[in-house]
Amino acid sequence: MNKILHKIYLFLILLFLYAPIATLVVLSFNASKTRAKWGGFTFKWYQALFQNEVILEAFYTTLLIALLSALFATIIGTIAAIAMNGMKKGSKAAFMAVTNIPMLNAEIVTGISLMLLFISFGMRFGFSTVLFAHITFNIPYVILSVLPRLKQMNPSTFEAALDLGASPVYAFFKVILPDIFPGIISGFLMAFTMSLDDFIITHFTKGPGLDTLSTKIYTELKKGIKPEMYSLSTLIFITVLILLLLVNKTPKDKKNKKGSLQEEIIL
Amino acid sequence: MSNRLIDLVNISKSFGSSLILDEMNLYVQENEFLTLLGPSGCGKTTTLRIIGGFESPDQGKVLFNGSDIASLPPNKRQVNTVFQKYALFTHMTIAENIAFGLKIKNKSKAYIQDKVKYALKLVNLDGFDHRMPDSLSGGQQQRIAIARAIVNEPKVLLLDEPLGALDLKLRQGMQYELIRLKNELGITFIYVTHDQEEALTMSDTIVVMNQGYIQQIGTPETIYNEPENAFVADFIGDSNILGSIMLRDELVEILGVKFACIDKGFGENKPVDVVIRPEDVELLSPNETNLNGVVTHLIFKGVHYEMEVEANGFTWLVHSTKMVPVGAFVSIAVAPGNIQIMNKPVSEDEEATAIDE
Ligand SMILES: Nc1ncnc2c1ncn2[C@@H]1O[C@H](COP(=O)(O)OP(=O)(O)OP(=O)(O)O)[C@@H](O)[C@H]1O
Ligand SMILES: [Mg+2]
Repeated sequence: MNKILHKIYLFLILLFLYAPIATLVVLSFNASKTRAKWGGFTFKWYQALFQNEVILEAFYTTLLIALLSALFATIIGTIAAIAMNGMKKGSKAAFMAVTNIPMLNAEIVTGISLMLLFISFGMRFGFSTVLFAHITFNIPYVILSVLPRLKQMNPSTFEAALDLGASPVYAFFKVILPDIFPGIISGFLMAFTMSLDDFIITHFTKGPGLDTLSTKIYTELKKGIKPEMYSLSTLIFITVLILLLLVNKTPKDKKNKKGSLQEEIIL
Repeated sequence: MSNRLIDLVNISKSFGSSLILDEMNLYVQENEFLTLLGPSGCGKTTTLRIIGGFESPDQGKVLFNGSDIASLPPNKRQVNTVFQKYALFTHMTIAENIAFGLKIKNKSKAYIQDKVKYALKLVNLDGFDHRMPDSLSGGQQQRIAIARAIVNEPKVLLLDEPLGALDLKLRQGMQYELIRLKNELGITFIYVTHDQEEALTMSDTIVVMNQGYIQQIGTPETIYNEPENAFVADFIGDSNILGSIMLRDELVEILGVKFACIDKGFGENKPVDVVIRPEDVELLSPNETNLNGVVTHLIFKGVHYEMEVEANGFTWLVHSTKMVPVGAFVSIAVAPGNIQIMNKPVSEDEEATAIDE
């Protein structure tokens, strides 16, 4: 009895959360152009999508910005995390707060402030401003996923490498990096996803002439509903879903490489 | 003959405003097993880290074979460390861990393979080459950490409480292993512990430290039998420490009772500290001596009985194979040779002893 109630409750929650997206997915396969009735199953909106040059262009821009911004944010964020890990408790907490604020801050505020910043520096809006903006808001995600890895590490590990004759640089690449690598990967994927996903900040920093998929969908929808946009949104949703699943499954390489014969020798 | 391999000269070190080591002088001879012994926070690890190159002293010199290495980074020193928490490289196999230092020195593949095999044999873990550190027990990881350090054939091995995380049985086993290793390899060991028994068992030389000061340097026997001050006496094993008066040579007044002793040269009517080990206190029938008391506690300890005797306002700790029941009246005797006279500690040491009262 209790179990059934649990299940119904869970079902309602999932329905509530996913009904809008499910509608979107269903509509993207609807042959009829109106939302009101089901005209049969079709792939034609998807076909139309991949023939639409404007969309493909936006797709290319989105991908490039996501890749580049995730890459730069990963490098900057990892270095920042290492520095923060070496700090004393007080300043570490202060830095942590400073990195957390942009993530909790309303995106529209971040977007407008970045826009104002770019204007005051006299930068021309376009690819580079969007890239800068995305790097900026991606850095905290990287820090947040790398820092716990660093904290887990035995602080003597680095010193042990030096002790055995390694130079600091060699020790970093051989000993620290492999240990925090899963954190770096999940930070990168997280940043990539956030960039792919972003609308508001991009909207305020892109200027005319440049579009990512999300801003493209927005302008297209303003002109009138086109079913291609349903299929595009569906594709974005699925991509982000897969990426997030990947983030949650970052490698935990803690297995024996080869089972030794003398597994159980204990002295 | 007395070849000073490492010589710490006037080393001082502060962290922030707290002085951790104050003008410390210490030398280590070739092939010696030297133990730094002292309570938590006394600066043992700091001393070791200065020798290893992980901390630089604010003042003073670190001499290695006579030349100053104070500015040499850790990777350039002929010294290897076994860290307190093993610090194995978790993403590498055991073999890769042990080979780490040799690879950096560009040794040949064959040489490395031989060395890894040899080191694993030495620590009794043959066949563990392909295991990952996480799949090993604490004791096994500890031995890998030792193997990883010794394949580099360091002149000196620094060990920071290497057995601290192991249970008693394993720890005793490892103590013998370490002594065997040291004898086989002929490496100088500098060992840190706060376990006095461990220090007494393993060392050639013990350095007793407290609050950044060296209290006494000596062989285990001297440290135990002739502690130089109350702190050392108290830290090394159980003891009765009594403020007393040296009346003249070979006569000391303890708790108002005169005792014959064998020490000379303290002057007349001089306040001193007296140490008497619990196993040196003899219990006789009442009034056989001038120090009478009553037994207040009795515990059976296996080899001996541990008793507490109230006499002249002091609680004596007594170890004896003869049992005396609680409530029995006794008198106390101590052989002159078993009364150890020490100068009252001066200035900063005074503080040190106060903690343990
Ligand atoms: N990096 C540091 N910054 C500030 N204080 C430190 C630092 N390292 C050590 N100390 C302080 O120096 C003192 C001595 O530390 P040390 O680690 O040498 O003690 P220890 O004798 O090894 O003690 P334990 O037996 O607990 O390991 C302690 O009070 C410690 O808090
Ligand atoms: Mg320590």
